[in-house]
Amino acid sequence: MIRQTVLRTSFLALALLLAACSSGPQPQPQTFQEPVFTTERIVPEGFEPASGVYDPWEGMNRRIYNFNYHFDQWVFLPVVRGYKTVMPQFARTGVHNFFNNFRDLRTMVNSILQLAPAKFFQSTGRVLVNSTVGVLGLVDVATKLDFPRPQEDFGQTLGHWGVGQGPYLVIPFMGPSNLRDGFGLLPDYYVQSLVREEVFSDSLQIPVMLLDSVDTRANVPFRYYETGSAFEYQMVRWLYSTKRKLDVAK
Amino acid sequence: MACWCGWLLSTAAFATVENYGYPITDRFVATVVGTPVEYEADLPKSIPFKKRRIDIFPDRTLPDVLWYGHELIYSEALQKHKAPLIFLIAGTGAAHNGGKNTNMARAFYQAGFHVVSISSPTYPNFVTAASKTGVVGHAEKDAQDLYRVMEMIWARLDEKIDVSGFNVTGYSLGGFNAAFVSKLDEERKVFNFERVLLINPPVSIYNSISLLDRMIENIPGGPDNFEKFFKELVEGFSKIYKEQDDAIGGDFLYKAYKAMDLQDEQFAALIGTSFRLSSGSLVFASDVVSDFGYVKPKGLVLDRYADLTEYQILVHRLGFTDYYHEFFYPYYREEYPDKSRDEFISAISLTKIADYLRNSEKIMVMHNADDIILEPGEIDFFRDVFGDRATIYPHGGHCGNMNYKDNVAHMVNTFTGGGAR
Repeated sequence: MIRQTVLRTSFLALALLLAACSSGPQPQPQTFQEPVFTTERIVPEGFEPASGVYDPWEGMNRRIYNFNYHFDQWVFLPVVRGYKTVMPQFARTGVHNFFNNFRDLRTMVNSILQLAPAKFFQSTGRVLVNSTVGVLGLVDVATKLDFPRPQEDFGQTLGHWGVGQGPYLVIPFMGPSNLRDGFGLLPDYYVQSLVREEVFSDSLQIPVMLLDSVDTRANVPFRYYETGSAFEYQMVRWLYSTKRKLDVAK
Repeated sequence: MACWCGWLLSTAAFATVENYGYPITDRFVATVVGTPVEYEADLPKSIPFKKRRIDIFPDRTLPDVLWYGHELIYSEALQKHKAPLIFLIAGTGAAHNGGKNTNMARAFYQAGFHVVSISSPTYPNFVTAASKTGVVGHAEKDAQDLYRVMEMIWARLDEKIDVSGFNVTGYSLGGFNAAFVSKLDEERKVFNFERVLLINPPVSIYNSISLLDRMIENIPGGPDNFEKFFKELVEGFSKIYKEQDDAIGGDFLYKAYKAMDLQDEQFAALIGTSFRLSSGSLVFASDVVSDFGYVKPKGLVLDRYADLTEYQILVHRLGFTDYYHEFFYPYYREEYPDKSRDEFISAISLTKIADYLRNSEKIMVMHNADDIILEPGEIDFFRDVFGDRATIYPHGGHCGNMNYKDNVAHMVNTFTGGGAR
């Protein structure tokens, strides 16, 4: 039920954005004076930039990127600010640890799928210690004991078995991703919701999900458009795709 | 008495320089890697360093492609009691909250200063929000832009905080800017700066950017092999990243350097590349704001969803020297009809205000003898003009030692009463 609501909202947002795309202004045929430097004269033919990322849906992605900025500005960040005002630091740390414990669970599952015993035992050790000694994950005892913290998700699992990133994709409300990782969110989400439904009563499902997103946003320092560079979209795209390549290799 | 203290302290400073403990002696490595964590100054991890926005030109309309650049973003960390205020100016292409400014803010906040941190005039957000022309890199005009920003921020703070005096510092191009801001303050007298510290400034901007531009030629096989070089570098990093247990931490670059066995040429290429990436964003912003027609056709209006990949590739193939010759000079030519291109460009230099710097006791310099942005011999300009007021460390590259504990102490002491008076 909740899953359906989330999916429905996402698809609605996507549909709206797609509609906005198709009605965008058409470039007017107009002649301009040639600038001092032009691609024809400076860039060799057939040049492929290293910073290039396969992005056939760029028009839509840029609109979602812009949408995410506005969502951040008017909804997400004000909520995060409120959260930081209302909740003292120790409580926020507790919340963060709690959700990280869930994320370690995700690593456990994906380590099995990747047949990676070391990561499996590391993450299992973390979950066991933190869920018990760490009072249901509220205290991150494992990190204090210098347990390594591998991080694996289903996107990485697909990558591990040779699935490429596919087209770059900016996901509404969430941010940079690609087709593979975007798809990977679904199984991860499914597993997590099974555990969540086990742990929390029905009435708490939505509040816990919301708290999870607020905690996630509160711990990501990135702010849209703050680099001021007109090339920010491309830079974020390249950084994301490179980071994910490294994550899969790790 | 003050004289006597000054003599003692400056002797002490020389002694420190002689037994200098900053560990990296290779100038290129120092520039890229910075200060290994164990050698860093002990500074508070978290200070109330808050982001603020200010509308410098309320009537300015920006082209849609830069729609988000209307307000200038800066940071401040304010004391609750009466205290001196220090303005920090970031280096080329760097933001108010970049690593170096943040670290300086921690040091000065801990030492009891109100801190106001401003992006470099070459940071795209400054270009769009606070540069009067949008065409930056002009010594006096950048200083005027910075001064306007400082005045407007001060107008906001005046009611909020109790200030006992004003100071300014900056590193790299920010140090260069600080010198011209100080000069302007002698006429405008809004702040009457008590002390000014220039950290690793260039002498001549054009000489320094020429050096940085040429570094990209160190890429094995030349700039056209940029892609291959870049991929190899990322692969090298990935190997180290893979072996690390934790995520990318403070010492990642240092570990990477130790593990990868990179040569000086590769470091130089890396520096040149990073310089080109930041200058590319700047040049494009300038072109859009001024509608000059440098890479974007004059008159063409780009919207916020425009695909800019082509422009990005183009500006990354151009040097900052190209900007000075083909954009900056033609843009300002009419204002200086009696100057040739070379005269005009070479005038963007500290030598232009050497007399002021020579006679202004409040201005100090902290520099490195092996700084990579100086032409051979240029370091002597500081020894000659500033005399005792210049401290030249034997190594540290370009700003590589800024977080080193002795250097941080030196920075702070300069403003808290230490240093030659």
